[in-house]
Amino acid sequence: MVPISYFLVLAAILFVLGVAGFLFKRNIVTIFMSIELMLNAVNLTFVALSYHLRELNGQIFVFFVMVVAAAEAAVGLAIIITVFKHRESLNVDNVDLMKL
Amino acid sequence: MNVLPGFFFYLLSAIILGGAILTITRRNAVHSAIWLIVTLLGVAGIYLNQHAEFLAAVQVLVYIGGIMVLFLFVIMLVNLDEAAKQRQFNHQWTIAVGCALALMAELAYFIVKGRESFRFGDTGTGTLNPDAAVIEFLKSCRDIPGLGPGGFLQPNTELIACALYRDYLLPFEIASVLLLVAIVGAVVMAKKEI
Repeated sequence: MVPISYFLVLAAILFVLGVAGFLFKRNIVTIFMSIELMLNAVNLTFVALSYHLRELNGQIFVFFVMVVAAAEAAVGLAIIITVFKHRESLNVDNVDLMKL
Repeated sequence: MNVLPGFFFYLLSAIILGGAILTITRRNAVHSAIWLIVTLLGVAGIYLNQHAEFLAAVQVLVYIGGIMVLFLFVIMLVNLDEAAKQRQFNHQWTIAVGCALALMAELAYFIVKGRESFRFGDTGTGTLNPDAAVIEFLKSCRDIPGLGPGGFLQPNTELIACALYRDYLLPFEIASVLLLVAIVGAVVMAKKEI
């Protein structure tokens, strides 16, 4: 049988890949996809621990994380469309007005 | 000796990690989205492996069928041709890689340090223990063989429904309000003029 730590390591690697993509991609759509990767890594941890502890609550949490991810994707993609309309570009280096 | 769970775990892990790496390295955003779909399918497979059938179905329906289709629509709406020709990684990629490696080391340290805490009992029998009231309720609805504490309990969807509409009713309603706000916000932002 596969021990739980393997699942946790898998989720950790997935999360780090999401963080890396979030930090060094320049395309705002890909940055959003990296956020989805991170959310999935967290969900994976929840499900693995839920199975291991025989508790259903982890799966309920995953359900709510999915709801929040759907809301976030809807609003975020609307923001992307608005940014593209105003700037004609999806490069995050061009959207740095609030940078110090 | 049953090797199949391990085999499927490694297969799905390879799919997930390969898809994730290709997601963050592909030049073309459409290819990234396709590889992200592969990753999400792998995660759904892990959910099935972990006896979370309802979540696997929701993953395929909501994530792949909903969110990723939304992503692909947005990629088609905006013009990404010149973005694909530009440099893909920004200036601070050395710092970014450093941050990612530091985070990886941190997580590895925690997992190694806390590995004693992960021995919660024998793994892999696949039972979820609901409380007695839920079992009574489910038994009153229909005859489910093997339902009970310690038995092979796999009406996963029914158990989630019970928990969601009984114990987590208020969060469920708040989540629906959140989705409503998100819909209104998305329409307000994406519309030309209100």
